[in-house]
Amino acid sequence: MSETWQGPGAQDRLRILRSTRSIAIVGASPNPARASYFVATYLLSSSPYDVYFVNPRATEILGHPVYPSLSELPVVPDLVDVFRRHEDLPGVLAETLAVGARTLWLQLGSWHEDVARDAEAAGLNVVMDRCIKIEHARFYGGLHLAGFDTGVISSRRADR
Amino acid sequence: MTEHTFGFRTRALHAGGIPDSATGARAVPIYQTTSFVFQDTDDAASLFALQKYGNVYSRIGNPTVAALEERMASLEGGIGAVATASGMSAEFITFAALVGAGDHVVASAQLYGGTVTQLDVTLRRFGVRTTFVPGTDPADYAAAITPETKVLYTEVVANPSGEIADLEGLAEVAHAAGIPLVVDATLATPYLVRPIEHGADIVIHSVTKFLGGHGTTLGGVVVESGRFDWGNGKFPQMTEPVPAYGNVRWWANFGEYGFLTKLRSEQLRDIGPALSAQSAFQLLQGIETLPQRLDAQLANARAVAEWLDADPRVSYVLWAGLPSHPHHERAQKYLPLGPGAVFAFGLQVPAGDGGTAVGDDGRVGVGPPDHVPVLDGREAGRLFIESLQLASHLANVGDSRTLVIHPASTTHQQLTIEQLEAAGVPEDLVRISVGLEDVEDILWDLDQALTTATGMNR
Repeated sequence: MSETWQGPGAQDRLRILRSTRSIAIVGASPNPARASYFVATYLLSSSPYDVYFVNPRATEILGHPVYPSLSELPVVPDLVDVFRRHEDLPGVLAETLAVGARTLWLQLGSWHEDVARDAEAAGLNVVMDRCIKIEHARFYGGLHLAGFDTGVISSRRADR
Repeated sequence: MTEHTFGFRTRALHAGGIPDSATGARAVPIYQTTSFVFQDTDDAASLFALQKYGNVYSRIGNPTVAALEERMASLEGGIGAVATASGMSAEFITFAALVGAGDHVVASAQLYGGTVTQLDVTLRRFGVRTTFVPGTDPADYAAAITPETKVLYTEVVANPSGEIADLEGLAEVAHAAGIPLVVDATLATPYLVRPIEHGADIVIHSVTKFLGGHGTTLGGVVVESGRFDWGNGKFPQMTEPVPAYGNVRWWANFGEYGFLTKLRSEQLRDIGPALSAQSAFQLLQGIETLPQRLDAQLANARAVAEWLDADPRVSYVLWAGLPSHPHHERAQKYLPLGPGAVFAFGLQVPAGDGGTAVGDDGRVGVGPPDHVPVLDGREAGRLFIESLQLASHLANVGDSRTLVIHPASTTHQQLTIEQLEAAGVPEDLVRISVGLEDVEDILWDLDQALTTATGMNR
């Protein structure tokens, strides 16, 4: 994949996370070994976000209902976190725009330049090839406690 | 928006040390506790399943230790770090993560004596074979690699030969074989070279040395780049399900964070060489002034090396900062500020009258060379060490004070004659770790001890 698209820097990613209240995980899996499940357990236990699950082939994940599509969620999510195959991503963008979410976030390993450009042209924040669990943990202390470099240099008190 | 990139000195002071959210404490607090209470049973379950980050037990992680880990990761340009009780335990948990019975290690023959015995005695007894490769030619390392080889291991600055590893050449050899290049960069510190920038995958330090810098506290650290492909088929321990953690797979579930997550969650848990919070605090204090101390120590080391090199009572000086050293050019490439403040030199054993090694009274007096009995190198080294007044005779390097040792009788005494040869440690060799004293005082001390040991004035 040729990488000409420039993603948001650390401060912009922190701004996105701070302005987000609800997250829809599209392509959420009930399989505990899948990355989406790990992200879900983290967001439910360690973040303030309202988390919604979207997957037409699942009914319940971690005790939460699973919705067949973004349009059937009871709320408009602020951020759509996508765990879907590359060829499905344009369709997910169309759904995201249709419901009116503000941020499209493609999971670690997921990169689609056309989708990113179209999403930005439509006014969305776009993050690609990053894990929202890791990015949240980067700014809210978890990554630091696990001995990883957060890249955060600041003389201000840490966010709680 | 372009992001500001903070410099090395700034990160040495600030990385990993954001003021505490609860108290606002500016210094990193010392969390002197074994354990941390859970919020509830769900919290405990999530922590044990690695589904959330947090504190459980200080053998696995501790907030004070985490500050040191993040600071070291930042300074090395790695993805993260795991701190340990000593440099040796940092090496051991790394080998424990990478090799098992039947596996093979290719290592430089010029390693610290404790590392040689860890590989050649302890790990060999566990069924791990190591081939020690003399010299620094990457082709020799490539030739030693077998299908069972899982690690290529070297030190950046060899002690006491002062030879500099060909990091880029070794990285190429390791990666062609699908194995990581693991580098002990203790004598250099990240201020002088960041091996990950030259292709290394894992960097190990004895933080005890220049990083801590004051000779007070033991510690070690393992830093990983986050770039190695642990899913290449050579490391099933990274790709197969781990029953103890709900069948997670380190590589599939944690990706670039997988190796260090495994190192902490398995090796630190099972083997137990945790760094204490008190020690982490003291080592952090040292790291804050690493650049300033090393600048001064390098300046002193250069002055001492040049002074010794010009002294007829000294037969050789093994510091790659000198143009005469075979790796001078390589040192300038990898360590442009200078190849550290630890080096070795040899005593010019005076040509004598064929008499006994020592005088009848067991001492050698000051006098012209032809009146001094022939000394062997070992005896001259002993006399030199025992005549020093300022430099301390002890088994450490990287203190703020000048240190000396005679390796053949101390740090390397556990090596066989063959290993001594391969490690380049002649009997007359003295190692010095140049400190922060006034350089005139260091030179005065060396001068008077050389006079006593050789019977010659400069």
